[in-house]
Amino acid sequence: MTHISVTVDGTAYEDEVEPRLLLVHYLRDRLGLTGTPIGCDTSNCGACTVELDGASVKSCTVLAVQADGGEVTTVQGLARDGEWTELQRAFHERHALQCGYCTPGMIMAARDLLRENPHPGSDEVRKALEGNLCRCTGYQNIVRAVLAVAEGETAAGERTGSAQEVTA
Amino acid sequence: MTTTEERPVGFGRMPRKEDARFVRGHGTYVDDVRLPGMLHGAILRSPLAHARIVSVDTSAAEAHPKVKAVITGETLAGLGLAWMPTLSYDTQAVLATDKVRFQGQEVAFVVAEDRYAARDALELIDVEYEPLPVVVDARRALDPDAPVIRDDKDQQTDNHIFDWSAGDKERTDEVFAAAGVVVEEDMLYPRVHPAPLETCGTVADMDAITGKLTVWSTTQAPHAHRTIYAMVAGIPEHKIRIISPDIGGGFGNKVGIYPGYVCAVVGSIVTGKPVKWVEDRSENLMSTSFARDYHMHGEIAATKDGKILGLRVHVIADHGAFNATAQPSQFPAGFFGVFTGSYDLAAAHCAVTGVYTNKAPGGVAYACSFRVTEAVYLVERMVDVLADRLGTDPAELRMRNLLRPGQFPYRTQTGWEYDSGDYPRALRLAMDIAHYEDLRREQTEKRRRGELMGIGVSFFTEAVGAGPRKHMDILGLGMADGAELRVHPTGKAVLRISVQTQGQGHETTFAQIVAEELGIPPEDVEVVHGDTDQTPFGLGTYGSRSTPVSGAAAALVARKVRERAKIVASAMLEVNPDDLEWEKGRWYVTGDPDQGRTMAEIALAAHSTLELPEGVEGHLDATCVYNPPNLTFPFGAYICVVDVDADTGQVKVRRFIAVDDCGNRINPMIVEGQVHGGLADGLGMALMQVIAFDEDGNCLGGSFMDYLLPTSVECPSWELGETVTPSPHHPVGAKGVGESATVGSPAAVVNAVVDALKPLGVRHVDMPLTPAAVWRAAQGRPLRTDMAIT
Repeated sequence: MTHISVTVDGTAYEDEVEPRLLLVHYLRDRLGLTGTPIGCDTSNCGACTVELDGASVKSCTVLAVQADGGEVTTVQGLARDGEWTELQRAFHERHALQCGYCTPGMIMAARDLLRENPHPGSDEVRKALEGNLCRCTGYQNIVRAVLAVAEGETAAGERTGSAQEVTA
Repeated sequence: MTTTEERPVGFGRMPRKEDARFVRGHGTYVDDVRLPGMLHGAILRSPLAHARIVSVDTSAAEAHPKVKAVITGETLAGLGLAWMPTLSYDTQAVLATDKVRFQGQEVAFVVAEDRYAARDALELIDVEYEPLPVVVDARRALDPDAPVIRDDKDQQTDNHIFDWSAGDKERTDEVFAAAGVVVEEDMLYPRVHPAPLETCGTVADMDAITGKLTVWSTTQAPHAHRTIYAMVAGIPEHKIRIISPDIGGGFGNKVGIYPGYVCAVVGSIVTGKPVKWVEDRSENLMSTSFARDYHMHGEIAATKDGKILGLRVHVIADHGAFNATAQPSQFPAGFFGVFTGSYDLAAAHCAVTGVYTNKAPGGVAYACSFRVTEAVYLVERMVDVLADRLGTDPAELRMRNLLRPGQFPYRTQTGWEYDSGDYPRALRLAMDIAHYEDLRREQTEKRRRGELMGIGVSFFTEAVGAGPRKHMDILGLGMADGAELRVHPTGKAVLRISVQTQGQGHETTFAQIVAEELGIPPEDVEVVHGDTDQTPFGLGTYGSRSTPVSGAAAALVARKVRERAKIVASAMLEVNPDDLEWEKGRWYVTGDPDQGRTMAEIALAAHSTLELPEGVEGHLDATCVYNPPNLTFPFGAYICVVDVDADTGQVKVRRFIAVDDCGNRINPMIVEGQVHGGLADGLGMALMQVIAFDEDGNCLGGSFMDYLLPTSVECPSWELGETVTPSPHHPVGAKGVGESATVGSPAAVVNAVVDALKPLGVRHVDMPLTPAAVWRAAQGRPLRTDMAIT
């Protein structure tokens, strides 16, 4: 067992963990933060994407002990005082989710993109989300949601328009 | 008819109620369920495709300090549970006793304190196998020297499962003999896998005190699961509660019962604790329901000037080691009989032979609508092969042969009655969106320069909404669906449905149906699903049947409530019910519109001291079971434009145009999302997905490293269009649509790629059209993509 201290979504935790414990299992099974799901066993799908010390990581491919002393943000730590972030709102308004299983990782990956490149074009969004598989949406509405945030178009009440992708 | 956009309450682009929990990571999927004392299960799987089990030694695993139980086939045999019935009246091994019959098959089940320990213990189990020759190629399965896979079954002396046919063979042969043109083609619809992002899993909790079994499970058909558990385990139905919580996609993968579910239940009975079992991706791909695997030989007959006359088809269907295919009992090849497509034929015949091979069971999954994917792919490829022979433009050939609106309802040569359609209008719209003539001109110029550009057309008729009870059942359970509606005193409502969403938005759209019928806001209608203790009996969600069957039940149960409300309103207004008229949300007195009562007012009065006429019970509740008179037959026109790199075989999908007609659209935003997802499926199947095998029966598609799914980069920006041809027999004129895009799109992609390769003399390439497959086809050396290159 190895001792770790890690801050997750603003809360500090001290724990004893097996060195082989994956970060995603630490979050889900130990801390009960089940908002970060698992979709594969080969690091392809990105459903488990979280932020670790400012970088986007697939938490199925990080050991919990590697997060020692670090700061983790999951999708459950995004909304403040019940207020959704712009990305969460845009995903809702643009119908960028269906079963919701890829959504946490997708939102975390999109957040990472917009931090590095606040005004991406359509192709840049697609490229940035290449590490996140979605089985339901065919990606188009996800791209539209991310572009809507980049272009400041998530004002409440605005309705989704045509099915055509917004071209940047 | 007003369009769906114009109606403010009820139908329309309502953002989803489900999203609030999902965008914040507050959904509840099976692996999120945690119960006090819960243990974890893991399955030991066969490394071999076909082998006799000599011995299983579990002693080292049982000695592991965190292991609570090790269950083998022998343990289950003692309980009469080593084999379970499948949805095709066959049997499937839960844990192998005599032999293993596919790689990845379940051999033992370990229950431990945590999931890491359970996996550790698997490695401590020692199984001795005696390898047997394997059957991998379905077309060799009936060879006289083929080893018999199902020697467990009495009277099974070969690998034959069934023969099934439809249409008039004699008449078809006559039409072919007299036809001016006959062309034929062999094509494989390769084995693929639905691969929902969430794998299959379960948490089983047998309460020894109450005798009640609660099972949280990734199931698309919770009520059917309950009945089957009751039949198999002998636990009475009222002591079984199946809860299907949020499901991370199903796509047909989560219809049947898997050995892991049964093992978790047994694990809970044996240990007295809740047992969770969640498979990993490799297990999901290797052992749960695959899709397709139809080896098809198609023939099409036509006059020399391009009037399509007939189709003749023979199929070898690879069902794997156990026939667990999910479809109505009388349809062993599903609805493949709709292979006549969207055309008015003089005659048609198909024959399907199902065979056992040393592969995982399945067949019907991945948005196939019970084999309609295969049927549509067959006919739409054959029409293109014919167009090529005749030197006719494939869109033009279709336009000439499509059924006309005046022919509906139309009875096909195989006995299906299509409900409604305006096919030429949909095809014309797709061609307009695509600027089809411009594309052909561009193609001509590119061909002159030696560049490979292809345009693929596909026109499909779907068959969804199983189905009429008189000839559609699953394991004897008729395919009707129930609905219960309860309007509370203050006018808020709860709708309980028997179908189970896996992302299709039922919590939103079913509330919209009630809102449309009762005129109360959809926000005030809570939709309850997925809990067999809470919802009426029904057959679940697959085959795009939710809207056609359960959606109809929701509309009719709301109409029952509306009629009760009419009587209450008449008592309130002291008039005869016959003097009342309905406008959305309100009953009012004919000729005096000011005299009326809203649904909220009526709801309160229905629960009050108001005196009601003799025989009226009060309250505003109703139940309904809907037995559909027919399926619904949505349709669509798809056009795909590709560029192919001649040197590498790389296919780039440049544009994809999809015009869908599913009748009235309850929520156009959700329909479009369904279409987008299905198009990505179709593109993935056409270009990259296959569960391939080597000659020893090793599964070569068992992880996301090899089983490729399209990412945001491979998918183009989909271009959609719609026409609206309502279903005349459906209460709100709506047809199913969820699977249409998966059904219709692969043929468009393949037709486009073959069209691109036409200057090189290529007439057909089997999916998936990987760079290697396309490059080899261009070299005149086609590749069999479902088998390892040896």
